[in-house]
Amino acid sequence: MSARVVTGARYGLRDWLAQRITAAIMAVYTLIVLVSVSRWGEPLGYAVWRELFAQGWMRVATLVFAASLAWHLWVGVRDILMDYVKPDGLRLALHALVLLLIAFYLGWTVEILWR
Amino acid sequence: MAPAAVKKNRPKYLSLRALLFEIRLPITGWVSILHRISGVLLFFGTLWMLWLLDRSLESEAGFEAVRHYTALGPVKLGLLVLAWAYSHHLCAGIRFLFLDLDRGADRETARRTSVIVFAASFALTAWLGWKLW
Repeated sequence: MSARVVTGARYGLRDWLAQRITAAIMAVYTLIVLVSVSRWGEPLGYAVWRELFAQGWMRVATLVFAASLAWHLWVGVRDILMDYVKPDGLRLALHALVLLLIAFYLGWTVEILWR
Repeated sequence: MAPAAVKKNRPKYLSLRALLFEIRLPITGWVSILHRISGVLLFFGTLWMLWLLDRSLESEAGFEAVRHYTALGPVKLGLLVLAWAYSHHLCAGIRFLFLDLDRGADRETARRTSVIVFAASFALTAWLGWKLW
């Protein structure tokens, strides 16, 4: 074991855990969606599709999925940027862009669900 | 970077060049790097999915427009790639959760579960492709 110098930085446990919890939430949502997809008998019509997303539980479940996805995307993409993008300024700028895009995703999802 | 932390000289094999041309990955390594690549695809694919969801729910005309759009060859191909990315990311992710719990970390089991991940994700992709058209 190497001695760890305290620098004030977090050591990533929270992100590690968040990545797994959000993954589990999304896996459950995926299962729900797959079960409903498997029940589609005939070609899906607009009425059925609209009705599905008009239900309260589906909206809430989708919002929970979207929030999990947002957090999961941030941890995952940030890890990738930390691995490959070495210049600090460029990495910081990319982090900001990624956060903006994720915020946009989340806002758009809310707008679609509660239009 | 601030030199406050002890500098550790441990090897890192993260360069894309090395991954593509110098290192021959074992199957477990392919599961891992494809987990990363599929993750990037899904990060950008989310934008496309949201656009399709938005259009398909806004009106009957929008729904029909999406139906015609997704019937185009290149669009179908793109959707299949995303379906694969989602399937692989999910299956490999479940495998990683078991590895976190020290389940299946020995070489033989790790290789076997890698084969299962590839088989399951291809099967799931094929099923989704069949179901969506």
